[in-house]
Amino acid sequence: MTLTTTADSWSFLLAVILGVPALGAVVVALLPASRDRQARIVATVFAAVTFLLTIAPVFFRDRAGGWSAFGDVPQLIPWVNLDLPWVPALGLDFHLGVDAVSYPLIVLTGLLTLLCCAYTVKKVPEAGAGRTLAALLLVLEVGVLGTFLALDLILFFVFFEVVLLPMFAVIAGWGGPDRRRAARKFVLYTLAGSVLLLLGVIIVVSRAGTGDLIVLTGSPPLSRGTQCLVFALLAVAFAVKAPLWPLHTWLPDAHTEAPTVGSVILAGVLLKMGTYGLIRVGVGVAPDGAAWAAPVLGVLAVVAILAGSLICLRQRELKRLIAYSSVGHMGFVLLGIATLTVTGIQAALIGNVAHGLITGLLFFLVGTIKDRTGTGSIDQLSGLREQAPRLAGLLGFAAVASLGLPGLAGFWGEAFAVVAAVQAGGPFWLTCAALAAVGGALTAAYFLRLLRRVTHGPATPVVRAMRPSIAAAEWFAWAPLVLLTLVVGLAPALILSGTALPIVDLLGGSR
Amino acid sequence: MSVDVAGPLLPLVPLLAGLLGLLLAPGDGGRARRRLAAGLGVAGAALALLLSLRLLWDGASFETGLEIVSFGGLPDESLITVGFGVAINPAVVYVALAVSLVALLVQIYSITYLHDDPRYAPYAAQVSLFTGAMLLVVTSNDLIVLLIGWEVMGACSYLLIGHDRRLPEAPAAAVKAFLVTRVGDVGFLLGIAVLVVEAGDAHLDVVLNSPYDPATLTAALLLILAGVAGKSAQFPLHTWLPDAMAGPTPISALIHAATMVAAGVWVVFRLYPLFTRSPVALAVLAVLAAITILLGALAATAQDDLKRVLAWSTVSQIGYMTAALAVGSPAAALFHLLTHAAFKALLFLAAGAVIHAVGTNLLSRMGGLRAHMPVTFWSFVIGLGALAGLPPLAGFWSKETVLTAAAHATEGGEPVPVWAGWVVWLAALFAVGITAWYATRLLLRAFFGAYRAHGPAGPDWEVGFDDGRYQVPAAPHDPPAPMRLPLIVLAVPSALLGLAAYAPGFRTSLELEDPHLGVAVALPMLLLVAGAGFAWWIWWAVPGVDPALALGRARPLFAAGFHLDAVQHRLVVTPVRSLARWVTAGDERVVDAAVTGAGTGTRSLGGHFADVHRVALPGAVVLVCLGALVLGVVAWLGVAA
Repeated sequence: MTLTTTADSWSFLLAVILGVPALGAVVVALLPASRDRQARIVATVFAAVTFLLTIAPVFFRDRAGGWSAFGDVPQLIPWVNLDLPWVPALGLDFHLGVDAVSYPLIVLTGLLTLLCCAYTVKKVPEAGAGRTLAALLLVLEVGVLGTFLALDLILFFVFFEVVLLPMFAVIAGWGGPDRRRAARKFVLYTLAGSVLLLLGVIIVVSRAGTGDLIVLTGSPPLSRGTQCLVFALLAVAFAVKAPLWPLHTWLPDAHTEAPTVGSVILAGVLLKMGTYGLIRVGVGVAPDGAAWAAPVLGVLAVVAILAGSLICLRQRELKRLIAYSSVGHMGFVLLGIATLTVTGIQAALIGNVAHGLITGLLFFLVGTIKDRTGTGSIDQLSGLREQAPRLAGLLGFAAVASLGLPGLAGFWGEAFAVVAAVQAGGPFWLTCAALAAVGGALTAAYFLRLLRRVTHGPATPVVRAMRPSIAAAEWFAWAPLVLLTLVVGLAPALILSGTALPIVDLLGGSR
Repeated sequence: MSVDVAGPLLPLVPLLAGLLGLLLAPGDGGRARRRLAAGLGVAGAALALLLSLRLLWDGASFETGLEIVSFGGLPDESLITVGFGVAINPAVVYVALAVSLVALLVQIYSITYLHDDPRYAPYAAQVSLFTGAMLLVVTSNDLIVLLIGWEVMGACSYLLIGHDRRLPEAPAAAVKAFLVTRVGDVGFLLGIAVLVVEAGDAHLDVVLNSPYDPATLTAALLLILAGVAGKSAQFPLHTWLPDAMAGPTPISALIHAATMVAAGVWVVFRLYPLFTRSPVALAVLAVLAAITILLGALAATAQDDLKRVLAWSTVSQIGYMTAALAVGSPAAALFHLLTHAAFKALLFLAAGAVIHAVGTNLLSRMGGLRAHMPVTFWSFVIGLGALAGLPPLAGFWSKETVLTAAAHATEGGEPVPVWAGWVVWLAALFAVGITAWYATRLLLRAFFGAYRAHGPAGPDWEVGFDDGRYQVPAAPHDPPAPMRLPLIVLAVPSALLGLAAYAPGFRTSLELEDPHLGVAVALPMLLLVAGAGFAWWIWWAVPGVDPALALGRARPLFAAGFHLDAVQHRLVVTPVRSLARWVTAGDERVVDAAVTGAGTGTRSLGGHFADVHRVALPGAVVLVCLGALVLGVVAWLGVAA
C-alpha cells in the first residue's frame, strides 16, 4: 500500500531510539563484575542518550501535514513514521510511529529510565549486582518504548510481552523478603492478561487482514459484533496491566517487594502501557466495542477510585499505600477514557503523565525513607520533619500533588475526568462524576493521614537514627520530577497541545 | 508601569515570592537566611500592595489574559478553553488592597512574633503563597484558574495551621481544615464543571451571560454553595475554623481577615448575576446565613479561649456577608467584608500581642491588662467596638447596610423570597445584641479587674506558639515596635473605613446606596446597648466571675459549638472509617482471595492429574482399554458418517 513509502532517512530515528538502550543493555551486561560502578555509569550514559533521542520527534511534528499529499488521508497521522516489512508471512511489519498521543509517554519513559539508572549509580539494593539491574532497566526501556512506538498490532503485542520478564527479574532479584511470591504473582497475573491480548490481536488481524494501526484506527473494517468481542478481550488484558479494579491485586504485592527503582518504573511507565493500549488499540481499533462497553468501564472506574482511596485509608505500609493510590488514580484515567469524549481522553493522557511523574517521585521518596529507617510501617515513622525537613517537605509536595492540588500536574487529569463525565451528560455519567469527585476528597483524606502520621509529631527512634541529608544523586533523580510536576501543572498545554485532532480521529469522529 | 502589566502581576508576585521562599532550606539557618526569608515575604506583599495602589490610582476596568490550555473540541463537543487572565474593576481592586495590606502587616508582625522559630523560612514563604492564591481568586476571570487559587489556599492553610510543632492538636486541626473544606470542594468542582460544560467555556464573562436552564443553574449554584460553605466556614461546614486556632496567631489574622474565609463570599459576589436568576439558591443561602450568624454569635459567648471567641465571631460575621448576598445586596456584603478585614485583622494581631505577653490563650488567666498594655488595649477597644457595631466605627456602617438590605428584602421585590428576608433580618438583628454581649465580656475579662495569670494554684501549664522555651515576663507589656506598628496601622481603617460610605468615589464603585440614618437605626442600637450593658452589669455585680456563667445550663452547649463536631464525626467520619474497613476486608478476602484461590486451585488440579498418571498397573490397564474403546467408538462413528 502507498502508506509504507515513508521510510526516509529521519524515520530511522525511531529505530535508533530502540537500538540505543538495547545496545546499552548488552554492553553493560558484558562488562566484568569488577567494573560494576563503571558499568552503572555507562548505563546512565546510554539512558541519557536515549532520553535526548526521545525528545527529538517533536521537531518533526509539523511534517505530519505531508500526509495530505496522499489521496486517502489516514486517521492516524504519525509525526515520524518507520514502516519496514519484517515477517511478511505473518503479516508482521516493523512499523513504528510517534504522534501527539504517544509522544509525552515516550519522553516520560526516557526520563524515568534515566533517573532510575542515575539513582542506581549511587544506590543498589543489596541483593544483586548493580550492573545487571541497570541492564535490566535498559531492556525494560526497550520494551516500553517499543509498546508506545509500535503501529503494528503484532509488534505491539511483542513489545508488550518483552517487558514482562525483565520486570519479573527486577522484583525477584532485588526485591524485599517476600519477593519470590510477589514476582510470581505479578508474572502469572499479567501473563494471563497477555493471553487475552494475543487472542484479541489475532482476531483483529485475521478479520481485518492487517495489523497496521494506521489502517485500523478510526474506521476499522470490523463488524460491530467482532468489535465488541475484541474490545472485551483487549480491555481485560489492559485492565490487568493498568491495573483496574478488580484485577489489581498483583500491584500492591509487587510494589511492596520491588526495589525502589523497580517501583518507580512499574508505577511510572509500566502501568501506562495498559491505559495507552486501551486508548490506542482498544478505542482506536474497536470504537463501537468501546461505546458498547463504556458504561461498564465507567462503573469500574468509579469503583476503582472509591475502593482505592478507601483501602488507602487503612494501609499501614508506605509502599502499599502508594500502590493502592495508583489504583485510584488509574481509576480517574479510566473514567476519562470511558466517557469517550475528546475532553475525557485528553484528561486520561495528562493524567497518565502526571501519575508517572508524581507517583514516580512518591516511590523514590518512600523507598528512600524505607531504606534509611529500615521500616515502611507508618506506625513506626513519625516526626520526619523534625529530623529531615527537606525530605519531609518533598514528601509533602509529592503527596499534595498526588491528591490533585490545582496548579500541580495531578489536577488536570482528575478535574477534567470529572468535567468530561459531566460533559457526557445523562444521569449515569453525572452520578459517575459526583462519585469520582467524592473520591477526590477521600484521596485528600488518606494523603493527609499519611503526612500527619509520618511527618508531624515527635520523631520516633528509627526516624531519629536516619541520615537526614539528601545526596547529589538523589537530587538529580528527584529534582526533574518536582520541577516537571510544577511545570505540567502550570502549563498543561505542554502535554495536550495538538492532541485534539488525533483523538477525534481515534474516536472515529471524522468518519 | 502600565496597568495591563500591573494587573496580571498582582497575584503572580506573591506567588513567585512564595515559591522562591520555599527553596530556602528549612531548619535553623541563622540570621542571614532569616533575613532573606523575611525580605522575600515582606517584599512580595509590599509589591502586591503597590500594584493594587497603582490599579486604584488608575481606576480603570479592564480584562487581560492568555490561554493556558484547551480541552475537547471537534466535532460536536464544545472547546473548553482555560486561560490565565485578570479582570480588574474597582471592587476587585478594593479587595486586593485589603488582602495585600493585611498580608504585609502579617508578614511584618510575624518577623517578631516568630523571632525564635527555626522554621520561619517556610512559614514566610507559605504566607506569600497564601496571599498570592487569594489574589488569584480575587482577580481571575476564569473559573478553572479561580479553582486553582481556591485550592492552593486550602493547602496553604493546612501547612500554616499545622506549623506549630509543639502543639499536639495542631496537625489534627490542620488536617481537619483541609478535609472539611475539601468536602465542600467536591460540590464546588462539580458546580463549576456543570457551569463550564453548559456554557462551553471557563471564562467568567461567558459563564455569566450563558442562558442556563433554571433547574441546571439552581443545581450548579447549590453545589457551588457547598464549596462556599466550606471555605467561608458557614453552617454546616464551619467546624474547621475554631480548631484552626491551633495555627500561629498571625495566621489566624490572615485566614480570618483577608484570605480563605473571604474567598467564599467573594465567589458568590463574582457569580452574583447567576444567583439573581435562582431564588432557590438565594433562599438556601439566606437560611444557612441566618443559622450561621446565630450559631457563631452564641458559641462565641461561652468560650474561654481568647482566639476562639474571635474565631466564632468570624463565623458569625461572615454569616452577615452571605446574608447580605442572599437578600440582594452584594455591595453591602463587600462593604462588610472590607471593614471586617480591617477590624478582625486588628483583633487577631492584638490578641497575638496579649498571648505573647501573658503566655496563654485563656481569658480566665488574663485580666487587668489595661494598665500594662495601653496600645493593645485601645486596639481591642476599637476592634471590638467595630465588631459590635458601635457608631461611628467601621463595623457600625457596614452592619447597618446589611440590616437595611435585609429589612428591604422583607418588603418583597427582591429575587429572594420574602420569608427568607424576614429570617435573615431577625437573625441579624438578634445577633447584634449577642455580639455586643460577648465583645464586652471579652474586653472586661482580659483588660479589667485583677490579673489572674497565676491563678490560685500557680501556672501549671502554658500554651503558646513556642511554649518549650517561652518565659512569661515579669509583667505583661506592650509588644515591641514591629508588632505594635501593624496594630496602629489597622486601627485607622477599623475606626474610619465606615465613613468611606460617604465618599462618593468609594460608594459608587461599590454600587452602595446612600447611607441614611433613619429611625431604623434605633432598634439595633437598643440591642447593642442592652447586650453590652447586660454583660457589664453581670461583671460589675459579681466581680471576678466569668459573665458566661450567667448562661447557665446552655454554657457547655455553646462552648462546644452545639456539639456539631460530634454530629459531623458520627455522620461522616465514622461511616467512612467503617466503609474503609469493609472495603479493605472485601479486597483482601474476596478479590485477592479469588486470585490466590485460582492459583492454588490450578496447582491442586495439577496435583490430581499427576496422581492420576501414577495409578497402579491394573488401574492403568483399565484406563488404557477405556481410552482405546472411546477412540474406537469415535472412529467407527466417523466411518459410519
